[in-house]
Amino acid sequence: MIDTQQTSALAGPVLLAEDVWKDYDGGAVPVLLGVNLAVSAGETVALCGPSGCGKSTLLHLFGGLDAPNRGIIRVNGKKIDGEDARLPLLRHAIGFVFQLHNLIPDLTLEENCMLPAFAAGLNKQTARERLRELAERTGLAHRLAHRIQKLSGGERQRTAICRALMNRPGILLADEPTGSLDEKTGAQVFDLLMEFAAAEGTTLLMATHDRGLARRCTRLVEMHGGKIDEASRAE
Amino acid sequence: MYMRLIATNLSRHRVRSLISIAGIAFSVAAMLAVITILQGAVGMFSNILSNDSQMIVFEKDVSDLFFSNVPVRDAAEMATWPQVAHANPVLFGVVTSGAQPIITCFGVEADDPRLKKATWTAGNPASFGNDEDGIVLGQRAAVFLAASVGDSVPVGHARFHVVGILKTSNGFEDGGVFMPLKAAQNYFHKEQMSSAITVKLKSRDDVTEFKHRVARGFPELVALEGEEFSRSYSQFRILKATAWAVGGCGLLLGGLGVANTMIMSVFTRIREIAILRTNGFSRAQIGRLVLGESVIVSALGAAAGLLIGILALNLLKAIPALNGYVDASLRPGLMAGVGALALLTGLAGAIYPMVYAVRIRAVEALRFE
Repeated sequence: MIDTQQTSALAGPVLLAEDVWKDYDGGAVPVLLGVNLAVSAGETVALCGPSGCGKSTLLHLFGGLDAPNRGIIRVNGKKIDGEDARLPLLRHAIGFVFQLHNLIPDLTLEENCMLPAFAAGLNKQTARERLRELAERTGLAHRLAHRIQKLSGGERQRTAICRALMNRPGILLADEPTGSLDEKTGAQVFDLLMEFAAAEGTTLLMATHDRGLARRCTRLVEMHGGKIDEASRAE
Repeated sequence: MYMRLIATNLSRHRVRSLISIAGIAFSVAAMLAVITILQGAVGMFSNILSNDSQMIVFEKDVSDLFFSNVPVRDAAEMATWPQVAHANPVLFGVVTSGAQPIITCFGVEADDPRLKKATWTAGNPASFGNDEDGIVLGQRAAVFLAASVGDSVPVGHARFHVVGILKTSNGFEDGGVFMPLKAAQNYFHKEQMSSAITVKLKSRDDVTEFKHRVARGFPELVALEGEEFSRSYSQFRILKATAWAVGGCGLLLGGLGVANTMIMSVFTRIREIAILRTNGFSRAQIGRLVLGESVIVSALGAAAGLLIGILALNLLKAIPALNGYVDASLRPGLMAGVGALALLTGLAGAIYPMVYAVRIRAVEALRFE
């Protein structure tokens, strides 16, 4: 198991992209053109930019869901390369929150949240306690036995946050987590993310179009045409 | 959690799952029924030959006992050997009679043990063999020929008069006609011949010596023990192979049904599988989910199929026309074999969907909104 908190503290940036290039369809669709980005432990970083600029792709690369064509991705100082490196990353180091909640509709809130714990082979009792704690903090304790179809959009996204935090990851990657919510609910979800980041010392890297929310992060990084705006990175 | 995910997915498409289970169930039922019936038939035929005997002597290299020609004098000679208790020639023939497409005829001598040991419901063993046209009917043959002792009945192109009716548990014998050997030889144009000689030895220890003696004295004949005969007789082997092949084809179809279900199941959940992957599920865990679903479908199908098969066999057994021909006694080994084959078929059907599922790339699958 990766000790996410300690490793990051010792090894500098917890997320590091070094000259990362990514394209699709054999180069026909270039997405990332030599991206360099370092995120330190405990930072909350907003990744802003127009649609198609590569924000989601960069998050996917950091999460080990995809591999760069060129360049290096490091998480907690460890190069992410191949299934052996990706799996412990997804199980212990990183939690994902997507724009669409990506929950399994036929399962209950509790069952959805227990998925990462089950995949990682965590003790069931410990996982249940963790879920109760997260559900209390997100106001979902009374909804644990409810199926996802019965939840509102905001509740679903809060469920997705609970699930992402189940295994106490040191890093939370959020891909437009408020994008499918109304302004008020979106703000509540963002508040939750910030609260958890502060309370658990979680590093947050969030792609968003909402500049109001982005400005509340400790850092705002602009992306344009597959590159990071150098000025914003230094901000 | 595995079982929860599997159950969730199977219940999500109940009709599809049920069709798949039914496919396996009917394949298993068909396989069980066909093999049991054929094995029963083979067993019954073997019993005819091994009735109060251990050895069967017949012509070497014949494909069918009906084509075997063994001189009756050979039986007489074998009967004089010190290790032989008795040696009885028997001539087989098949004829049609009226509405009955098949009647098995047994040409036997008057002292044949299968007549002496049978339960006579009419007439007695002493009345058999006194004249050439006096025949004994199996009880079922007497029913379908509507004959009783003293009647004259048509058997093929000739008429015979009934001198006795006997009851036997063997379907072939119960629906058959016992003729004096001489009459059968004349009828089937096999003068001085029999199809086989059934031999009872004084001691089981003499089996090898008896075989050697037959091989030395009668190089055109072969002597086999009853069990050995059942295993090696080509007609039995063909029947058994056919039964397994027919059953196997049924299972193959069932397996294709499972494969189809699993493929559909995986194709319609690409995004869900991607979600599991982003939540830390390994390729092996995803593969186990697909295999697990297949195993559950196959196991339910196999269990239902065994029940349907047992029910079907008992129904067949209860049909009067088939009475005696269907041996519905189930062999645990056969049931286990058919069940295991169904599971293996289900697993085989899950291979492609499983490979497809474990190759799903989460990042691409999540783009499908």
